Amino acid sequence: MEFGTPAAIFYILAALIVGSGVMVVTLKNVFHSLLFLVLCFFSVAGIYVLLHAEFVAAVQVLIYVGAVTVLLIFAIMMTAKIYSPSVRQVNEQVIPGLIIVGTILIVTLWAMSKTVWNVSRDVLAGQSTSVIGKSLLTTYVLPFEVVSIVLITALIGAIIIARRD
Amino acid sequence: MTLVHYLSLSAILFCIGIYGAVTRRNAIGVLMAIELMFNAANINFIAFSKFITPTLLTGQIFAVFVIAIAAAEATVGLAIVILIYRHHKEINVDKINVMKW
Repeated sequence: MEFGTPAAIFYILAALIVGSGVMVVTLKNVFHSLLFLVLCFFSVAGIYVLLHAEFVAAVQVLIYVGAVTVLLIFAIMMTAKIYSPSVRQVNEQVIPGLIIVGTILIVTLWAMSKTVWNVSRDVLAGQSTSVIGKSLLTTYVLPFEVVSIVLITALIGAIIIARRD
Repeated sequence: MTLVHYLSLSAILFCIGIYGAVTRRNAIGVLMAIELMFNAANINFIAFSKFITPTLLTGQIFAVFVIAIAAAEATVGLAIVILIYRHHKEINVDKINVMKW
């Protein structure tokens, strides 16, 4: 494996993702962990660009960094004083959780290293965005419409749940 | 970069997400950990799309679907959190166990 510029970018992005992910789950102040979550989302978008998935990277920035983060900020602000750093933020499951998560990680990495991946050598001609657009409106038109119905149902449901009655 | 690099990164991020979802007391913290797990799954989808089926882009299309479903999940989840806060003045998940018995 040669160590070129893409490899360096990958390792920088991976370090950012893992570091900010650890901050998200360990920081005591929920608002600070939300800011690290934004950094994590941006780094994941960088990984998508590195994998030649420009459209998904744009969607990631628009929906996660734009919409989901604003929703989380609203939720944190509306549940004031819960996020104050004096409140204990972790439960009693830290040690069992670490053991189980470590076991899952080791088993997954071991299985990955043992698997023979059927890697294809083909290269996509042209931009990925136009191929995605064509597939969404031909092969995947039924899941596309179902997802739009799910989204509108979830939005109406969220309004009804959070409404003051 | 090989496929295993991206899969390892995704596995690490997913395990961080599991840890957060298991140990956080704050319901919003649990939702943020779940978003981390969604992102790990998406990295997997797009890495497989790049390395296994580079011309079909199936993984990228399903990543878009996953992002849409994650947005719906975050909306409904946060609506429930706000409703629970209004009723109980509390969003720590080890205190909200009214449906347990």
